[in-house]
Amino acid sequence: MPIALTVNGVERRAEVEPRTLLVQYLRNELALTGAHIGCETSQCGACTVLMDGQAVKSCTILAVQADGAAVTTIEGLAPVGTLHPVQLAFWNEHGLQCGFCTPGMVLSTVALLADDPDPSEESIRHGLEGNICRCTGYHNIVRSVQTAAKNLAAGATPEPLSSRDSAQAR
Amino acid sequence: MNPSQFAYQRAESVEEAIALLEEHGENAKLIAGGHSLLPIMKLRLAEPETLVDIGHIPELRGVRQADGEIAIGALTTHHQIASATEVRSAVPLLADTAARVGDRQVRNRGTIGGAVAHADAAADYPAAILALDASIVARGPQGERRIPAREFFLDFLTTALQPDEILTEILISRPAEGHGWSYQKLANQASGYAIVGVGVVVALDGQSAVADVRVGVTGAAAVAWRAEATETALRGQRLDDGVVTAAADLVDGGIDFLDDLHGSAEYRRRVTRGLTRRAIVEAAGRARQG
Repeated sequence: MPIALTVNGVERRAEVEPRTLLVQYLRNELALTGAHIGCETSQCGACTVLMDGQAVKSCTILAVQADGAAVTTIEGLAPVGTLHPVQLAFWNEHGLQCGFCTPGMVLSTVALLADDPDPSEESIRHGLEGNICRCTGYHNIVRSVQTAAKNLAAGATPEPLSSRDSAQAR
Repeated sequence: MNPSQFAYQRAESVEEAIALLEEHGENAKLIAGGHSLLPIMKLRLAEPETLVDIGHIPELRGVRQADGEIAIGALTTHHQIASATEVRSAVPLLADTAARVGDRQVRNRGTIGGAVAHADAAADYPAAILALDASIVARGPQGERRIPAREFFLDFLTTALQPDEILTEILISRPAEGHGWSYQKLANQASGYAIVGVGVVVALDGQSAVADVRVGVTGAAAVAWRAEATETALRGQRLDDGVVTAAADLVDGGIDFLDDLHGSAEYRRRVTRGLTRRAIVEAAGRARQG
């Protein structure tokens, strides 16, 4: 089955078996392994990507259903060598431990803040219900989202990785 | 985890989808958001030979006003229903129910038509659809028909839809101005599915007595139901604790409660009665008199 879609700004054409899941296409064909396969039952959110700007679980979408869509994975969130303000906030606020859930958490946060730039703690917890973290207990994740919201509101843009120290000092 | 192999066809119109269903018969399944169907296909509980993708048919999408009713297109996502101003103001029970389906990512993809047609025993919508006395519109080779909610949910994963019919929209009569509503749910912590969900719509008269009330229950049994004995016990009554408790205790008239790892039948019975009580109290609290 032929499909054509845009992934991280690059137009892609491929021939896929209809039963190929979007997450399998991203990982196996495009080597975008930031979309993680966790529970495979649309519960854990590790496979979250943005599809036409909305957070979706790529383990529960067929690649053929994504035909014509624009998909963003964690790899395409910020230019190579830089970190998106949400990524930087997760780093600085220790919003991750093992990191397995983090790409999904970050992309869900990006979608959440696009809809609601100044969310309450309750909205953050409700908005991230579809992303399960087994390490952190979520408190630092909520803090990361709050910090990201504050920095984005102040006009933050992706920063080179080397600016991490200056970012922490702020 | 992959589904079994299948052939995939994208329908560009309802007519084309119906023709494909006629051609492939019971071996075909419709897919829209895929959030009910793909999980069971991955588990090989469903192995359709052909998937007909209706996810790109514009006519099936969105909310419109229709002659005293609100029509919600089958492809409207849970997120769209939860955030649509016209749904939130006229049918807040449905908007609140939609906001509590699964999680954000699921609400972005899952559609009301898919959820209602799939009729999972633990789905959220059936409680609201029954309490709102909605109609389900189906189109097939013989044309279009309206199915009342009470005649729609037949059994576990089984509805009144024929294999060659497509659910096109849900029609909801605007509830009376000032009506009260509530959706009470005990959610599975991992999936968000309703272990029990109770939807209530109530209107009060000038003396604070119940002028009209409808109660829908989902999750607790193989199929959702209208709690008519509860409704009868409430009608014409002023709602003190005794009346509410006695009415809520009638919620399960003759129903076989599910008994599984999420809860025993006795647990579900007690939770159902408790949530029914809470839903009546919250709905009455929201209702304005007369």
